[in-house]
Amino acid sequence: MNTLILRTVAPGLTALMLLFSIFVLLRGHNEPGGGFIGGLIAASALAIYGIAFGVGAVRRAMRFHPMTIAGAGLFMSTISGLVSILFGVPFMTGLWIYPSFLGAEVPLSTVMSFDLGVYLVVLGSIVSIALALEQDSEPEEQAVAPLPSPAELRPEVKKRRDPRRRAKESR
Amino acid sequence: MAAMGPALTFCALFLPFVGALAAPFAITRFGDRGAWLLALFPALAFMHFCGFLPEIAAGEVATGGYAWAPSFNLSFSWFLDGLSLTFSLLITGIGTLIVIYSGAYMNGHPQQGRFLSFILLFMGAMLGLVVSDSFLMLFIYWELTSVSSFLLIGFDHEREAARRAALQALIVTGGGGLCLLAGLVFLWNITGVTQLSLLVHLGDALRQSPFYLAALLLVLAGAFTKSAQFPFHFWLPNAMEAPAPVSAYLHSATMVKAGVYLLMRLNPVMGDTPAWEILLPFFGGLTLLTGTMLGLRQTDMKLILAYTTVASLGLLVMLTGFGSPHAIQAAVLYLLAHSLFKGALFMVAGAVDHETGMRDVTRLAGLRTAMPVTFLAALLAALSMGGLPLFFGFLAKEEIYLALWSGNPRAVFFTLLAVIGNALMFALAFAVALKPFIGRRAAATAGVHEGPLMLLLGPVLLAVLGLVAALAPGLSHRYISSPMASAITDEKTVIDITTMPHWGMPLLLSVLTVLLGLLVYWRIDAARAGMLRVLESLGPGPDRGFDILVAGLIRFSVLVTRLLQPGRLEIYVTATFIMLAVALLVPLFVFGEMPALPAWPRDMLIQEAAFLAIALIGIIAVLRAKDRLTAIVSLGIQGFAVAVIFLLFGAPDLSFTQFMVETLSVVILTLVMTRLRLDPSDHRPLGQMLPDAVIAIACGLGFTLLLLRSLEVPFDMRLTEFFNAYSKVIAHGANVVNVIIVDFRGTDTLGEISVVMITGLAVLALIRVRAGRRAP
Amino acid sequence: MEVLFAVLIGCFFGAAIYLMLSKHTVRILLGVALLGNGVNLLLFTTGRLVREVPPIIPAGLDTLAPGTANPLPQALILTAIVISFSFFAFLLVLTYRAYQELGTDDSDDMRLAEPRDEPLPPMGY
Repeated sequence: MNTLILRTVAPGLTALMLLFSIFVLLRGHNEPGGGFIGGLIAASALAIYGIAFGVGAVRRAMRFHPMTIAGAGLFMSTISGLVSILFGVPFMTGLWIYPSFLGAEVPLSTVMSFDLGVYLVVLGSIVSIALALEQDSEPEEQAVAPLPSPAELRPEVKKRRDPRRRAKESR
Repeated sequence: MAAMGPALTFCALFLPFVGALAAPFAITRFGDRGAWLLALFPALAFMHFCGFLPEIAAGEVATGGYAWAPSFNLSFSWFLDGLSLTFSLLITGIGTLIVIYSGAYMNGHPQQGRFLSFILLFMGAMLGLVVSDSFLMLFIYWELTSVSSFLLIGFDHEREAARRAALQALIVTGGGGLCLLAGLVFLWNITGVTQLSLLVHLGDALRQSPFYLAALLLVLAGAFTKSAQFPFHFWLPNAMEAPAPVSAYLHSATMVKAGVYLLMRLNPVMGDTPAWEILLPFFGGLTLLTGTMLGLRQTDMKLILAYTTVASLGLLVMLTGFGSPHAIQAAVLYLLAHSLFKGALFMVAGAVDHETGMRDVTRLAGLRTAMPVTFLAALLAALSMGGLPLFFGFLAKEEIYLALWSGNPRAVFFTLLAVIGNALMFALAFAVALKPFIGRRAAATAGVHEGPLMLLLGPVLLAVLGLVAALAPGLSHRYISSPMASAITDEKTVIDITTMPHWGMPLLLSVLTVLLGLLVYWRIDAARAGMLRVLESLGPGPDRGFDILVAGLIRFSVLVTRLLQPGRLEIYVTATFIMLAVALLVPLFVFGEMPALPAWPRDMLIQEAAFLAIALIGIIAVLRAKDRLTAIVSLGIQGFAVAVIFLLFGAPDLSFTQFMVETLSVVILTLVMTRLRLDPSDHRPLGQMLPDAVIAIACGLGFTLLLLRSLEVPFDMRLTEFFNAYSKVIAHGANVVNVIIVDFRGTDTLGEISVVMITGLAVLALIRVRAGRRAP
Repeated sequence: MEVLFAVLIGCFFGAAIYLMLSKHTVRILLGVALLGNGVNLLLFTTGRLVREVPPIIPAGLDTLAPGTANPLPQALILTAIVISFSFFAFLLVLTYRAYQELGTDDSDDMRLAEPRDEPLPPMGY
């Protein structure tokens, strides 16, 4: 779906949706929301980005393989459950702390990190599925390069890169 | 020492298993001589068990064990009395000799280490069997001996005959083991105990139980299959496919006696009833006759010995069930004598086979000069088997005739049986042990020489022991025979028979036996030919029946598989949903649980009704869609309608999730479906549509009725109230749904996200697996 | 109100099962998707319907106000939605790959593992 409108709107939309997904995740304990919904929103955001720019762009933007992210999430959730061992309470018992941050009390809990793990698993797995399908269905040569981001267009960036490369080559 | 006792016994019980693990390495490292090292394992256990002799002879028992699953009253516990101890000594003692013998017999075989490993594995299993106190442990070891026997019979698995024999032995003895398990469960149910040592005192309760006969028949099925009693005798001669050490150890000295052991062990509890005293002597006597008659036909040394083993086992079962203390004493003496002479004779047969490459008694002759030591061992063992004075076999035979001969018609019948059986065994003993060694040396055996020390040690020691034990009867009776007989009869028994012949009926019968035996030996070729003619006129035996059974089983399973798994998905699915419809509708009708006809809902709001209608339209559109893209879009319609319905009924979390899922579903469906180039229309023909529709409507109706019915009973609010009460107070969360997911039921959620993750991995694997497929 | 839900759920199940009885794997897939929604609605309705008030404890209170929706089925359904989605995705990919390898979506033609004229197993030992 190589349309100009989509390609223009997609980066902003993706960024907004990702932000929104984290918002939904964090407020989940007291308002509608939570890890499952947050993860799904984030996955849709990346799917939209993928439809606009192709799979390669999403993979570059994510830096890690989606299944790595999912694995990290599962690990995080398991660890959140295991923390209770240190305090001699049963597996998966929620533990809370209330550190003060800039004068405001911030409630933190293993429950919250557990939910964050859920978010990552859902995000990672579903993005992985979607990307695998997209990549499989699009011929390699037609893969579309993403629009250059403003940062990449700035000349300083290129200049900063070039001397390093030249230095390497001269060595 | 007293405190260390149980731990040491525990170690002794597991020594053979340790040896089994070490065997392949020992053989790889040291070659044949590794067998000496491996023999240390059973030898150590033998010495440990010897330490119990004075204690047991004094009438005590040694017990020990560890709790395993106390809540089920299961324990790993052992129980050593005269019976168990004698068996333990036979197993470890003969086992030591067998391991050494195997070192030479199997020399150069590429799988020698594996063979020794199996032998030691069997040894551990058999040792566990005879010392087990708990029923379950007995059963597990019982089946383990069957499995290790399977491995050893099929050791030469490249030959079909060996595979067949192994499978046959496993099916017969393993099947019997299952019967035994059922029998043990019966015993447990009747008496309420799971330990043999406790069972002893409950014999009267057991014998009066209405389930006594059922329990007895099941236990007998286990014992008779293991001990190769008629009509299950056929597996034992076939098991001679195994190498000679296996025949000597498993199939004469130890494993096949497990059935006899069980009968002896249960004699105080289940014996002394008419059923016991009819079934055991009858089947035992029949087996004695069958074994000797069939043995007469054979010319292969090992097969002759195998059939005499069948006969001996029959004799033992007959004596155990005869029901007099003298018969038990006779069984004890005969069991000991048999283990010694038959083990020796099998090893002799193996040695002859190893040196000459032949086992046919009609072709072997004149080996006495080439193999003098082997000949000596064979002769000593045969004299014991023939029951001639000065040997242990003589003691056993005297005791047998003493026990059987009491004048009444039953006794006369069984005495006659025993005389015929013993006479034939006498003849067969010398056919195996004398015939190949005397006469003019056959040309085929030129250049044959005596086997190495490792091959001679076993037969010579066992054969000599049969002489020594009889010459020192005080010692052997005091420590071995009397405690064993006491354990079987459950009262103090003293055996005092000696080798000095004493005048009387038993001696007369002995003389008769020997004369008869000599007659048969003299005319053995004629007897063999006659027996062949008789058997031909009788037709095929149970061995052929086994083949028919197995072939029939395979055909039957093919038939069932083709019927139930024709390979067409729609048939499986149709069957599943017909069953679902039946399961949903039939109980509603049969139990009168039909819901009352509900009133038309008047409280429905317009927007709710609208979204229900949209969902319905979406469903209909999916069904009626001509091409797949339309179907996908219609799928989206019902999905979003469901999301809105969730929102309208107080479930915003569900609603959002459903929205996102529907969006993603449509996206990935579109991604895939546009790539599939399928026929534009795939509607099913009317003939298929109608039955499908009927099944579908029946299931749908079933769910509607079930839901209506379940809505008529009040909802159980206890769980909801629990979550409601503690969500804020303990779990600090106001969104109860989220608190349930991440806190109260967090472990469930952990499982669920694992499933999501696994699906992700599976999809990735499915997509990736194409790389490298169809390599040219 | 529940009555109409019961009828709708019956329709969901009926349609899902009708689709799953098809020979074509794509239709079966659509049936599985419908079945998931049917099951979710069934759970939802069994937990009784309450209009519009989500199970969220209002500020200042320790428990839910009376008349709010039942949170228990919602918690069950929420995870069920996500799981049935990932299951659906897996089936979809399976169908897709089967089509790529076998060139058909007709389950009758997929006889690779269970060929039509399979010979008898060996009768020996």
